Amino acid sequence: MADIINFTIDGKECVAEKGTLILQAVQENDIYIPTLCNYKGVKPQGSCRICTVRANDRLTTACTTPVGDGMEIENDTSEINDFRKSVIELLFVEGNHFCPACEMSGECELQALAYRFQMMVPRFTYQFPKREIDARHPKILKDQNRCIRCKRCIRTIKDEKGRSVFAFFGRGKNIEVNVDPVLGSKLTDKLAAKAVEVCPVGSILPREKGFRTPIGQRKFDHEPIGSEYKH
Amino acid sequence: MGNNKVQSAIRKYNQDKTRLMDILIEIQKDENHISDEAARIISEKLELSIVDVEQTISFYHFLSRESQGKYTIYLNNSVVSNMMGGKIVAETFENEVGCKFGKVTDDGLIGLFDTACIGMSDQEPAALINGNVFIHLTPFRVKEIVRDMRAGKDVKKMHTSYLGGSQNKSEYLNSVVRNNIMRMGPVLSDDYNPGTIIMKNLPQLTPEQVIEEVKSSNIRGRGGAGFPTGLKWEFCRKAKGDKKYIICNADEGEPGTFKDRVILTEKPKLLIEGMVIAGYSIGATEGILYLRFEYKYLEHYLENVLKEAREKNLLGKDIGGIKGFHFDIRIQFGAGAYICGEESALIESVEGKRGEPRDRPPFPVEKGYNDCPTVVNNVETLCSTVKIMLNGGEWYSSLGTPESTGTKVLSISGDCRYPGIYEVEWGLTITDILDMVGSTDVQAIQVGGPSGSLIGPEEFERKLCYSDLVTGGSFIIFNYNRDLLKNVVLNFTDFFIEESCGSCVPCRSMTPLFKQKLEKILSGNGVASDLEDLKNWGKLMKINRCGLGHTAANPILTSLKNFKYLYEEKLERGKEYETGFNLEQAVSESCEATTRVPEF
Repeated sequence: MADIINFTIDGKECVAEKGTLILQAVQENDIYIPTLCNYKGVKPQGSCRICTVRANDRLTTACTTPVGDGMEIENDTSEINDFRKSVIELLFVEGNHFCPACEMSGECELQALAYRFQMMVPRFTYQFPKREIDARHPKILKDQNRCIRCKRCIRTIKDEKGRSVFAFFGRGKNIEVNVDPVLGSKLTDKLAAKAVEVCPVGSILPREKGFRTPIGQRKFDHEPIGSEYKH
Repeated sequence: MGNNKVQSAIRKYNQDKTRLMDILIEIQKDENHISDEAARIISEKLELSIVDVEQTISFYHFLSRESQGKYTIYLNNSVVSNMMGGKIVAETFENEVGCKFGKVTDDGLIGLFDTACIGMSDQEPAALINGNVFIHLTPFRVKEIVRDMRAGKDVKKMHTSYLGGSQNKSEYLNSVVRNNIMRMGPVLSDDYNPGTIIMKNLPQLTPEQVIEEVKSSNIRGRGGAGFPTGLKWEFCRKAKGDKKYIICNADEGEPGTFKDRVILTEKPKLLIEGMVIAGYSIGATEGILYLRFEYKYLEHYLENVLKEAREKNLLGKDIGGIKGFHFDIRIQFGAGAYICGEESALIESVEGKRGEPRDRPPFPVEKGYNDCPTVVNNVETLCSTVKIMLNGGEWYSSLGTPESTGTKVLSISGDCRYPGIYEVEWGLTITDILDMVGSTDVQAIQVGGPSGSLIGPEEFERKLCYSDLVTGGSFIIFNYNRDLLKNVVLNFTDFFIEESCGSCVPCRSMTPLFKQKLEKILSGNGVASDLEDLKNWGKLMKINRCGLGHTAANPILTSLKNFKYLYEEKLERGKEYETGFNLEQAVSESCEATTRVPEF
């Protein structure tokens, strides 16, 4: 049997198997931690930083850090929640996210997080960057305005030889996720659907299939994101 | 264009995708750019997608998809360069070349680009032209250089001064770069015959004994982070792995730092010996010297030093007669990315990828290059370990202070009489250092580069040591004629915007916001709440993954802490809120077009 270790989340005594990542350990204790770049079944990378916790007084991402024996984790505190809200605000101001005009409204994780963290007006100045829509590919549209550069598509969508269909381009504030000109045109229906599915926002959209789910029946229309966790 | 050249570059590196960096650098050098066709061929041969190849190209400053000109000029735009007349040099370049920075002349002859600190802060303004270093630039020299280019002259024959001293004028270097060694200690001293430790001492010692000796010296990593070196070696020695690596971090990207360049020029044999000792103690068979692209002019020289070391059995098989101790070193070039000085980003780069820092744990000593246990050490650290093995850990720990042992090589530039390299024992105060380099009337010092802090006279009694003022060794000195906010803090903030890898949200999108706020204040539209914002926003930087992200707001945060009055005197008084938005200016273009006069 695996080793069981003890740790606390905001003072509450919890247990987990040794080696479990903080995120999973916390979720197994029915407590919510927001995530964005993390995607089930994909190796975590900790780039959006929204799952940041204070573990033994050190700021770290819950999705990449293993829980340690006796670890004291701060999760639902005003400091941590403000960091998380700031990250959401930053994502809104760095891109062009016009929710009312976006067909992913109601199914968008960024929008749902903004509601959950009660973002009213971002404290940061909107940047209104000039970004393109890449419509060269037969099965998908890539709207750079809405991309939050979480790398979920980059890490998930590979062709039969393991080559990346999506990849970063550039660095810093100008970083973009580009679609391979060759592989993008050969994308199978299954992979195209998967690409749309892994995108947490409305940056990768299927062509010729708009507004599939009526408003009112969308994922976050009735309950906030993370409602599956009690705390 | 030459498909053959592309093919041969790929063949040279055995179609190995982990050598993508080398392949790209080679093609860039031959063709001044990496064409669509080249990217396509690389992607086919290496079984990568085209976007995969492009993501690496687009990450590095010195790789490009468009031609950079037959002569490619990279002029340093760092703070020190500007202090020494870089702006007028830049203007002269634009006028003489006939194009703006970031462009290539219509005939494709000259490309004009700027670049962050190239490690020449003691001889600025400096530029790289086709990889060759040009120092002490003036408008006169610029005109001459541009004339030479138009005449088709070989870049190597354009210099007008004597070659730099000592090794700079050796046949493999032929460089005008100056060493400016102003003070030497154990690392820089000339009294040691390299190879002695490998030949005489190493065969008598077990790897564990070497590690114990290094541990007893209490030396800590000289790159800036200060991790105990002996402990790092021990972790790697004990880590499970068939193959282990020692990587020397010669990325030296922190603006204002140039000590490693001097060590690489004058003491490369010492460095190689340090890598061999490290390799022996951790059980590595391969060493990699990760050299920043800015120092590519050292390539042939260093390759020759490696060749000589192999000939003397200081590298290769059964080194020093130790049966079964095989070890060799290869040079890996970066291609222009400050972040690659961070050890996990550096490892990604050595693997041919974008230099994005990794999540830790696992640490490189457990899972580093190609997922094997890897030690990454700074140039100066490795050189110091040779002297530790020579004179003993006890001797080394008698230098400096009890908790910060040994010496530190400092790179000192800016407003001082004798800029250059100073090897000093830990424990000096800032005042000592200023007296040593001949600086008076000092308004501020940037300690440790942009990621460090800007400190003022009230802190000049602080001590250089791990418990007080820790530094990778760079000091940029500013006298009272310098406008700190406009010419220092703003420049450093731009530097971080440019150098953020873009992975973490706060790092990539906060840095431009910091800059906007600073510009608002500088333009006289700041109010007191703007200063509060800067301070509060700074806390968010601590949730970034790596050191760059943690420190990217330091230029603003440390100047705000230590020079608050500079900010305050620019604020609008008695106003609680100011958008900084100028309506008149914003609509002026439309007004002009419609010939209407707005009524505000």
